[in-house]
Amino acid sequence: MVKDFSWLRAEPHGIYIVPASCWIDPAQPVDSALITHGHADHARGGHGTVMATPATLAIMALRYGDQALARTIEYGERLRLPGGVDATFLPAGHVLGSAQILLEHAGERILVTGDYKRRRDPTCPPFTAVPCDILVTEATFALPVFRHPPVEHEIARLIDARAANPNRCLLLGAYALGKAQRIIAELRLAGYSDPIWLHGALERMCRLYEAFGASLGELRLVSEARKDDLAGQIVLCPPGSLNDRWSRRLPDPLTAMASGWMRVRQRARQRNVELPLIISDHADWDELTGTIDEIDPVETWITHGREDALIRWCALHGRRARALALAGYDDEDD
Amino acid sequence: MERFAGLLDALVYTRSRNAKLKLVADYLRDTRDPDRGWALAALTEALDFPAVKPSTVRALLMERVDPVLFQLSREYVGDTAETASLLWPDPPAFGTPPTVAEAVDTLTHMTRLNAMVELAGLLDRLDAAGRFALLKMATGAMRIGISARLAKLAFAQAFAVSIDDVEEYWHGQMPPYRALFAWAADGAAPPVAEHVPHFRPFMLAQPFDGMEITMAEFAAEWKWDGIRVQIVHVASEVGGETRLYSRSGDDISKAFPEIVNAMRLPCVLDGELMVRGNHQGGAEGGAASFNALQQRLGRKTVSARMLADYPAFVRLYDMLSNGADDLRPLRWEQRRLALESLVPRLDPARFDISELIPVATLAELAAFRERARDDEIEGVMLKRRDSAYLAGRRAGLWYKWKRDPLLVDCVLMYAQRGSGKRSSFYSDFTFGCWTDDPDRGGELLPVGKAYFGFSDEELKWLDSYVRRHTVNRFGPVRETDRSLVLEIAFDSVHVSKRHKSGVAMRFPRIHRIRTDKPANEADLIATLRSMIRDAPL
Repeated sequence: MVKDFSWLRAEPHGIYIVPASCWIDPAQPVDSALITHGHADHARGGHGTVMATPATLAIMALRYGDQALARTIEYGERLRLPGGVDATFLPAGHVLGSAQILLEHAGERILVTGDYKRRRDPTCPPFTAVPCDILVTEATFALPVFRHPPVEHEIARLIDARAANPNRCLLLGAYALGKAQRIIAELRLAGYSDPIWLHGALERMCRLYEAFGASLGELRLVSEARKDDLAGQIVLCPPGSLNDRWSRRLPDPLTAMASGWMRVRQRARQRNVELPLIISDHADWDELTGTIDEIDPVETWITHGREDALIRWCALHGRRARALALAGYDDEDD
Repeated sequence: MERFAGLLDALVYTRSRNAKLKLVADYLRDTRDPDRGWALAALTEALDFPAVKPSTVRALLMERVDPVLFQLSREYVGDTAETASLLWPDPPAFGTPPTVAEAVDTLTHMTRLNAMVELAGLLDRLDAAGRFALLKMATGAMRIGISARLAKLAFAQAFAVSIDDVEEYWHGQMPPYRALFAWAADGAAPPVAEHVPHFRPFMLAQPFDGMEITMAEFAAEWKWDGIRVQIVHVASEVGGETRLYSRSGDDISKAFPEIVNAMRLPCVLDGELMVRGNHQGGAEGGAASFNALQQRLGRKTVSARMLADYPAFVRLYDMLSNGADDLRPLRWEQRRLALESLVPRLDPARFDISELIPVATLAELAAFRERARDDEIEGVMLKRRDSAYLAGRRAGLWYKWKRDPLLVDCVLMYAQRGSGKRSSFYSDFTFGCWTDDPDRGGELLPVGKAYFGFSDEELKWLDSYVRRHTVNRFGPVRETDRSLVLEIAFDSVHVSKRHKSGVAMRFPRIHRIRTDKPANEADLIATLRSMIRDAPL
């Protein structure tokens, strides 16, 4: 039998598993959904049955309230879907609870990576590479200019900047789910033991991470600080609050932002950032191309990001590839 | 090179002028010769390496990176040097990075034939930030907002020397400026700059607030509306050199060749650069509006057409030196006599003298000032007859007495966030006037934009008003519900083809917030039009 993989289809608002009548990360409410991770553009509320890792379900419950029919899937557990499709959730190394989904049907194997990275992350288990026929990959940072430096290097720059500016508040913009907690955990690993101050919007997610075992040390809320308390302190907030009214209460803030986009100077300038930290929860160019090489699939499908460049790389290396042109994924904040 | 690369990056991410000054000053103080001198030259774009062009960099990259991937990356990053610095593969092990001096030396000796090989050799010894700095330096497109004047201020700040001295000694010095550093940092004798037309800091005026003065002690003249310039000519065996400086001390000679070429006498003069016309002061005044001059500003070169359509001239105010004689310590009236005897020897098409206003009392001067509006002149100046020419704004010597501003009631339409300290505030306001009576179907059209004129308290109030009255968002811009009347003060208004309303204001600022006035009672565009005094050029 010729392998045709027609049982998995890319629709404008998600990946559809035809025999199982089930979606992966759909952008609209559906009856049955597999969710790779808790970021809002992948995990939306309002579905019927939701299948995801315990941490992802906890994150969704925090954001949207309890899901109607939530089914917990552990990493490595094989889930039997209708229509003879098996789904296995594997660590993606992206954020707490993030999973790749390995789909098996009629002897064919398709691996959907979701968002992933290959770097160390103290807050979630590392990406597991498994063999497959079709690799469905993200391409957020798929340009050869994106090479993320080692995270230790960027954390050291943050700690140095704080030491060099004892009278300023070091205000760091970081995505509320994943990036903020990873940076706190990395700061702790680097020996930073002072309290870390949070914008209120980050608190509940940090507490959830702690409930799942992350060691974040002493966290305090900016809303409970006097202005003088914050000079020489590290304060985390969502990127949108960096230049908003909220930040006026801080003493002479030195604005930092942690994101893979900070590699490009103009992007940092647009954000009014003084200290751009290149820390991303996505695979960089070398990780994306290296993962394709390592898994060595028959064909590579590309979900979202800079797919032109990754398709070009595949062509240069004699690999079959195509873009799925999914809508609705937002990569701006990472 | 690492320190220079670090400085460049910090400058990219720093918006405040004072913070930039400090960064450059710290670098100059903490870096050795000759690196700091070369770095200073690179920052002010005073270096030129003819063998290295952006096309050289592109060609070099094409040898190592797929052209399609290069192009996609270039489109995303938006800058060739930065793209190249990021795409260049890190070598397995970094050797010793080149010093700035070594990089300059290598770049200087490159030829078109060996540029690719030599440049690759340097790039292989640097990390991404170092590669960016090298490529920016090599292609001479820093675009980092460090003017020559800012660099001099940083230099003065670094070594706690006076900016006036820096200006005096700087010119004629070549990178890496060893003699300058030896003087400022190590206390050596200052470098002597003969035969160099260097800049002297301007004497500036304070606003006049109507205090009692004895008119006999002061001379009065019109305050012309152009840009303040200093023209410097020095003689030498090879025929001499002329330079034209702006108020900030930047050399603008290239933009006004007709002025530079017309000066043949060794002297230093202070005056107002304007374009010929009959707008300011009528036919007798001989000067076009500031709008006309604006066509000539900010250009690196100037076309024959520009020279013909907007002929520039300088209306002279003062004389700072005559040949080798420094006149600055003399009294104003002595300098004025020197200037009056010089002017007849100058080309009358390019130079004339700012006439004094013959008044005996302040009341008479006030009457003249009232006339300033009809004559489209900015106001009047008062200069103490016994004042020496002193750098900066000195109390009690020179006053500017601007005519009262024009006022019009506008409606707030859009607001945009500011930058730097104001980045969280909606502080840039676009306002409009009515095309017709709003009750008869008139619409609002934008007539101008202002970002000052209000107090900190008023800014907070305006920011909060904008947030509560937003009806639409376009990126950083909010559209408001057009309910707030702002009284706008401005100096003059001109015909503009670029604006839909057909008018452009000069120097608009927010004068008062008129919460008491309903939006439909704001002014009509026709009211603004009636204030236009533009005469044909």
